Amino acid sequence: MTKPAATSEPYTTVIGLEVHVQLQTNTKLFCGCSTKFGAPPNTQVCPVCLGLPGSLPVMNREAFQLAMKAALALECRIAPFTKWDRKNYFYPDLPKGYQISQFDLPFSSDGWLEVVDPKGAFARKVGIIRVHLEEDAGKSMHDEAAGTADTRIDLNRAGTPLCEIVTQPDLRSPQEARAWLNELKLLLVYLGVSDCNMQEGSLRVDANVNLHIQRPDGSVAKTPIVEIKNMNSFRSVERALTYEAARQYDEWQATGAELGKIPKQTRGWDDPAGVTRAQRHKEESSDYRYFPDPDLVPVTVSEAQIATVKASMGEPPTVLRTTLAERWKISAYDADVLVNQGRELVAYFEDLATRVGEGKVASNWLQQDVLRTLNERGEAIEAFPIRPDALADLIGRVQRGDFDTSRGREIFAAVLASGRSVADVVASLGIAAVGDDELIALCKQLIAENPKIVADVQGGKEQAAAGLIGQAKKKNPNVNPAKVRQTCVDLIKAM
Amino acid sequence: MQPAELSAVDLVAAIRQGDLTAVQCIEAFLDRVARLDGSINAFLKVDREGALATAAAIDARRKAGQPLGALAGLPVAVKDALCTRDLPTTCASKMLAGFRPPYDADTVARLRAADAVIVGKTNMDEFAMGGSNENSAFGPVKNPWDLSRAPGGSSGGSAACVAADMAPVAIGSDTGGSIRQPAGLCGITGLKPTYGRVSRRGLVAFASSLDQIGPMARSAADCALVLETIAGHDPLDSTSLAVDVPRYTELLEQPLTGLRIGRVRDHYAEGLDPEVGKGVDEAFAVFEAAGATIHEVELPHAKYGVPTYYLIAPCEASSNLARYDGAHYGHRCDTLRGGFDSPLVEMYCRSRGEGFGPEVKRRIMLGTYALSAGYYDAYYAKALTVRRLIRQDYLDAFERVDLIGGPVSATPAFKLGEKTGDPLAMYLVDLYTVATNLAGVGGISFPCGFTKGGLPVGFQLQGPALAEPLLLRAADRFQRLTDWHLRRPKQIA
Repeated sequence: MTKPAATSEPYTTVIGLEVHVQLQTNTKLFCGCSTKFGAPPNTQVCPVCLGLPGSLPVMNREAFQLAMKAALALECRIAPFTKWDRKNYFYPDLPKGYQISQFDLPFSSDGWLEVVDPKGAFARKVGIIRVHLEEDAGKSMHDEAAGTADTRIDLNRAGTPLCEIVTQPDLRSPQEARAWLNELKLLLVYLGVSDCNMQEGSLRVDANVNLHIQRPDGSVAKTPIVEIKNMNSFRSVERALTYEAARQYDEWQATGAELGKIPKQTRGWDDPAGVTRAQRHKEESSDYRYFPDPDLVPVTVSEAQIATVKASMGEPPTVLRTTLAERWKISAYDADVLVNQGRELVAYFEDLATRVGEGKVASNWLQQDVLRTLNERGEAIEAFPIRPDALADLIGRVQRGDFDTSRGREIFAAVLASGRSVADVVASLGIAAVGDDELIALCKQLIAENPKIVADVQGGKEQAAAGLIGQAKKKNPNVNPAKVRQTCVDLIKAM
Repeated sequence: MQPAELSAVDLVAAIRQGDLTAVQCIEAFLDRVARLDGSINAFLKVDREGALATAAAIDARRKAGQPLGALAGLPVAVKDALCTRDLPTTCASKMLAGFRPPYDADTVARLRAADAVIVGKTNMDEFAMGGSNENSAFGPVKNPWDLSRAPGGSSGGSAACVAADMAPVAIGSDTGGSIRQPAGLCGITGLKPTYGRVSRRGLVAFASSLDQIGPMARSAADCALVLETIAGHDPLDSTSLAVDVPRYTELLEQPLTGLRIGRVRDHYAEGLDPEVGKGVDEAFAVFEAAGATIHEVELPHAKYGVPTYYLIAPCEASSNLARYDGAHYGHRCDTLRGGFDSPLVEMYCRSRGEGFGPEVKRRIMLGTYALSAGYYDAYYAKALTVRRLIRQDYLDAFERVDLIGGPVSATPAFKLGEKTGDPLAMYLVDLYTVATNLAGVGGISFPCGFTKGGLPVGFQLQGPALAEPLLLRAADRFQRLTDWHLRRPKQIA
């Protein structure tokens, strides 16, 4: 169900996204060079990705399959026949003077991806116009600081496979755009299609935005579409779109400029300044002279190949949210939180839940203690030192009543700090399970020492027994408060 | 024994048998290069030392009883459009002056693996664009039959060096006739194989969907010998055909009885030199005498071949040559002077302006224009449609005949400078050859007579896809029945 975005503005923000995702292949799209990030400049190159005379491209099947996986997960139709086109333009980081891309026959089209706000603020099914495959360009580094205005070119990235995902203008707020991007990233990471690391440039977003403004007479004014570039985090996307929507509204109020009356504009997001700025008109008016690349042969895709890729996809996040909630009897909200943390955390959770035997308990520990720690440390679950068996050991001791949850948390922290086992930490803290006889003796002593509380309990104020717990803990820090309370009440009632 | 007078087949046999050493063989040809090439200009680079060293190594291996490759000791000249690891590769352009590729073209690698000896790199029209060799940035090649005339192009250096016995065999490339036309004008035999038969990897691209490497030699039998080595599937060329390579040399013996050769009436339209027409008619008669039958066939769209070619080839070239931008390798202009939109734009404009010759610029502009928004459908897309019709014409014709015969070019070798002021007249030298490339099939050109003035006349046979065995067999049979291919230019003897 699509709900209208909660909005206080006198307009609707209409947003479409263009996302470039680097595929997680070992080698480049048309040659055998490594795609690993961070190597010294121009060390992962060969005649093909350098565009030397006489070099020829050969398509990387692995890249095509990964791209197909992404397209299928986005519910796209896979074309039985697709081809490669050259996009011609001059730039020093584009060694051939053209980029091999797909123009009029992309390998997939017509899909969708839905994002549901777990708090119910919105649910938006966003149409995918097309997903196509292309090669990346290199990187230009402008050495302006040196005063020489030299530009250095690193071609390690040139030829890396990129998936371009183009959405319909179906998003209705900057918040939705950010949430949708999170969902897209989650999906692609789950599939192993891309690491979607924006810092390393594995995921890049451009946004097209304009406003539909309701006039008092009921007619709708549409502002000119603006493409926003240079956003390097999802947070930037949200901020840039928020800024741009407000800017367009101000401009419309000032000038009344409407869609179709002025050409599409490109604006760059200036993150530190928090504004979008118009880019030079020249940079946008390109004629790329697309034509089919005669060095490559068209690609045909059979139903059997599609079926093979589909079978290798595993559960996507949307399905996993439902199955996780049902399998472990946890709330949809909890399932959402866990799934959004990624496949590794879900695996940790399922291991833990199996050992603990209770999904809800495992989920609580994971969300309250483990996730908090991961956030504080900036770590991923794979690197978390307390593995599911150790955490299950700790939770089991709490469940058996060896000690209470807050004591359990202290042990959790101590295990984390010391790297020792749960049993070791329990022993070193002098925590020992309090036997029944010992507990009854202690409670009897407390009753004897606190006639006022005894009288209150006998008078029907059972909650007065809580006053005994602090004293009990002073006498023996290992006692379980709940057990002390219950035993005391039982003894008093039996008096 | 005069090695320069022997066929490639005989040279290889003589070296194998020990009647001739590889060093003696290469020295004989290098001597002729030293003596003759000053007036012909067929070579852009002669690798005297490298060739002698390779030949000496081959002789040493033979002496030690080690196995030798199929072309052991055979000198081969290579068109400068093919990349060679240890030799400059310039495509006869200032743009690539001094460029040394870090790899061998697949063809060059196969030649080396077969123990052929690379003599050097041959002159050509700049980036293979031209039909006279006058577009070389390093001076035109002269036709050995008449030094005042053009050898044809673009593989003019390869054709001239074989015609002048400076190499028994040369490698050319053919995008619209660039092997067959100069072979015809220089009186040698040149084969343009089916598209994809020889890997294009390492061939500096002019028009990727049309370019094809092929052998040029004094006879069809010599072409068969070389094709056996350079043909074959290359997994690193996506357009290379994954089809086994026949033993071309062993398929030459069969007689031509029952062979159906098509004759295209349009080939005799206006513009065909009468002496060329006469030579072609006599060639048909030779084939008839050998047991073949001649049939009239139609190639209704072939007349659109030249305009179609001059859209598709420049479109692809405009993109293929974009990489020569001064940023990475090749020519870059000197210190920037300003006066352009930006230093980058100046670097591009001046580097390309200085590096490319006028014909290359003309074709880049043609192609850029034809691919531009608003013109694409009218030009490039229309040309692709016509190309499909031409290909279909050939398929239809080859239902009725086995091969199609006719002239290679309308006239014998023309004077240097005769057509340089008229690009359109120059484009028409490809009239009989471009359709072969557009259809992706194969063709062979060989001498079928001489004009009164002593210039060679060429005959062309075209065949269906992968009909190289038949093309070579027919041309070889013709050469067993005639001696045109054995004549040598007097001027340079």
